[in-house]
Amino acid sequence: MELKVKQVKRVDGVKEAFYIPATFGGLRLTVKHFFRNLLGSKDVVTINYPEEKRPISMRWRGRHRLTRKNDGFLKCVACYMCETVCPSKCIHIEAGEHPDLSIEKYPFRFDIDELRCVFCGLCVEACPKEAIRMDTGVVAMAYSSRKTFDFTRDLLRDEYDPKQHESPKYADEDLPRPDSSETALPNSQGIPAA
Amino acid sequence: MEIIIEILSIPLVQSILKIVFIILLFAMPLGTVLTLMERKWSAMIQDRVGPNRANIGNYTGHGLLHLAADGLKSIFKEDTIPKGANGFLYLIAPFFGMIAGVATFAIIPIAGPIGDFTFQVTDIEPGLLFIFAITSLSVYGAVLAGTSSNSKFALLGGTRASAQMISYEVFMGLALMGIFMVYGSTRVSEIVDGQNEYWFGNLIPMWGVFTQPLGFILFFTALIAETKRAPFDAPEGESEIVAGYFLEYSGMRWSAFMLSEYIAVAAVAVLTTTLFFGGYHVPWLHLWESAPQWLVTLLQVMKFSIVTIFFCWMQIQLRWTLPKFRFDQTMALGWKKLLPLSLANTALTAVVILAFM
Ligand code: SF4
Ligand code: SF4
Repeated sequence: MELKVKQVKRVDGVKEAFYIPATFGGLRLTVKHFFRNLLGSKDVVTINYPEEKRPISMRWRGRHRLTRKNDGFLKCVACYMCETVCPSKCIHIEAGEHPDLSIEKYPFRFDIDELRCVFCGLCVEACPKEAIRMDTGVVAMAYSSRKTFDFTRDLLRDEYDPKQHESPKYADEDLPRPDSSETALPNSQGIPAA
Repeated sequence: MEIIIEILSIPLVQSILKIVFIILLFAMPLGTVLTLMERKWSAMIQDRVGPNRANIGNYTGHGLLHLAADGLKSIFKEDTIPKGANGFLYLIAPFFGMIAGVATFAIIPIAGPIGDFTFQVTDIEPGLLFIFAITSLSVYGAVLAGTSSNSKFALLGGTRASAQMISYEVFMGLALMGIFMVYGSTRVSEIVDGQNEYWFGNLIPMWGVFTQPLGFILFFTALIAETKRAPFDAPEGESEIVAGYFLEYSGMRWSAFMLSEYIAVAAVAVLTTTLFFGGYHVPWLHLWESAPQWLVTLLQVMKFSIVTIFFCWMQIQLRWTLPKFRFDQTMALGWKKLLPLSLANTALTAVVILAFM
């Protein structure tokens, strides 16, 4: 392909030496922009961020979420696929035995450290159950403490309440452990233990 | 009631009232608002949004609150004095420029006189010579700030500022010689009244810009150089000497430098209006002989304000249009082009006046 070379001519002479014609040439441009923008910001492309948000595509990889089945239970079967594939090793799963014997396993713990995550989306691709997705549309996560970036299972569930998250009540110790399985189910899934 | 009129007719009381009205209600607010307008208007020129974040609740006033925010910020900032600085000179330097800018307004009439009462703080005989004297004073601000802050960049900026301002004052004076000759006076009120004459019957007002077109361009250029703004902002030279002579200042003293720059802009605008655009005279208003006095005064104040604001805008527009001159170019432009041109303008005016009078 032929390269296009733009030759810039150097203008010299009396007209340039007087500066005034050139000044008016420049003023014509700036005044044009000034008045165009004075009457309604026509050329401004800025997005006033917190009030206006840039439209994001459906494929945008944002914060993760854990999808649920019709009965409200998490789809995740704690197969560890995502944990294994994750290049930054930021997913931590602990499997628990499900009361419904046909389901076998469910995640007692499902933590994602969003600070370590590189948003590669491999976990989404690896999941056999479409249980983890990154389509929340949460573009920027900005919190004042590191702890807040540790998203636990309940925070990753579909109905995520950001207000709750801003004052993190979900410290690790509050989470149901495998050894206290009676309290685990009602707390996390909204279904009473069998 | 009578006592109040008695007090109001004492010249000293009148002068004080005029000072309060013209300087505190015209010069200072104009300078302050310009600090915001410069940012807003430059944003429009460059297709940006400009400051619009300062808010009280949900009210931002399209950036208007930034004025208050800036003021508060600079009041509460620490007022630092660099080690080894000359304390006293360092502390008083910021106010020279401000005083010089504000003092310009003292001789500017903003409306025609009503009877004995003039809308002008004082109409002194030397008139514009007073302006020359006062603007030379503003050089001290830059020089003292530069030498007293014990900083190399500030010293460089101060030297540049003094060289630039002193040389451009020469052309400023020479560019005005034509005006003095045409209107035959240095007194501001007489120059303004001289511009109320008309050529060809009532066709073209004898404004300075028509009688002295070259003089206008020279004077305007010299005044912009005097305010040390782009394209003549080598003394501040962000790219090479950081901020020049006021590099070391902080807090309210730094704001004083900023404010004095904008008051200087406003002063340039009122001087241009008064000397070259007919001052307060509304063109062709004398044809309407039955006009009530209050309406005439109102129209005069409006005309004066509109032209003043136009020239403030013009300076800001120029600043965001033109690239900066290198410092040697600034001096070359001054001494090699503007000086011969202003001398030629003076000579030409003299010849034309001799030939036609
Ligand atoms: S997006 Fe990538 S880095 Fe983030 S959790 Fe999924 S696999 Fe790990
Ligand atoms: S989210 Fe998907 S891949 Fe990860 S453990 Fe659950 S079922 Fe397996």
